[in-house]
Amino acid sequence: MKSIAELEAIRQKTLERVAYRKDADSDIRVVVGMATCGIAAGARPVMLAFMDEIRKRNLQNVTVSQTGCIGMCRLEPMVDVIVPGQGKVTYVKLNPNMVPRIVTEHIVNGNPVLEYSIGASEDQ
Amino acid sequence: MRDLSMHVLDIAQNSVKAHAKTVSISFTVDERDRLTIVFTDDGDGMAPQLLAHVTDPFTTTRTTRKVGLGIPLLLENAERTGGGVTIQSALGAGTTLTAVFDLRHIDCPSMGNMCDTLLTLVLLNPQTPAFVFTARGRGLEADFDTREVQRALDGVPLNNPDVIQWMRDAIEEEFKPILEV
Repeated sequence: MKSIAELEAIRQKTLERVAYRKDADSDIRVVVGMATCGIAAGARPVMLAFMDEIRKRNLQNVTVSQTGCIGMCRLEPMVDVIVPGQGKVTYVKLNPNMVPRIVTEHIVNGNPVLEYSIGASEDQ
Repeated sequence: MRDLSMHVLDIAQNSVKAHAKTVSISFTVDERDRLTIVFTDDGDGMAPQLLAHVTDPFTTTRTTRKVGLGIPLLLENAERTGGGVTIQSALGAGTTLTAVFDLRHIDCPSMGNMCDTLLTLVLLNPQTPAFVFTARGRGLEADFDTREVQRALDGVPLNNPDVIQWMRDAIEEEFKPILEV
């Protein structure tokens, strides 16, 4: 494997930062549908795009996790963004190009991108 | 599924859902370009009744719909290349699934980005299960074990951004020469 010693440096760096970290209950959650339907529709590049964007912007209060099939397979890839106190926004039919805008406008600035949301999609 | 890497991500999710503590995925490419992928987990395992019907698309453990396509799609793609899928499982004894693909067969799906699949599995399951990835072929060997990474990190989560980048580099450096040619 790649040099394990590099992990030690990452650990030190992280421990220095951890004091500034708020408790996890206040985290913004990004939940990606990762059942067979989501994966076949392209959920993996969408999930990795969220990870990349979060890393680029060094966002400390966002966690990315997965869920299974919620029964609306034709709308995959689907992602829920849950901001504590603001409820949940469900984004549908995502591709990686749509992710930076969601991160910038919704996660950073608090304004959901309604045109990507399930409400806008189902009104068409 | 568009490519083999999507299948691997999908099939490995079955192990996660079956409460596995350790999931190992091994890839072997032989000299005739036959790819054997073995998934081994120590999860719940399957009773003989479920095992007998697990390749049936109308079998699923999910509750939202009555179809489950992960294994049937894998089986169809493997058989189209002259390969196949075998599954061994017993309740409480975990499950081993073996899929064989002939990479030279005209109907074989492309490999896809297998490194992204392996990384995604770790990122989506940062605590458990532990993942052990191995690849053998083309005269090369690749190994990745999340338990070794966790030991070195001593409490820092695997989905820490710097750790993600380290794992991405580690996986690509070793696995790409064997799996993405």
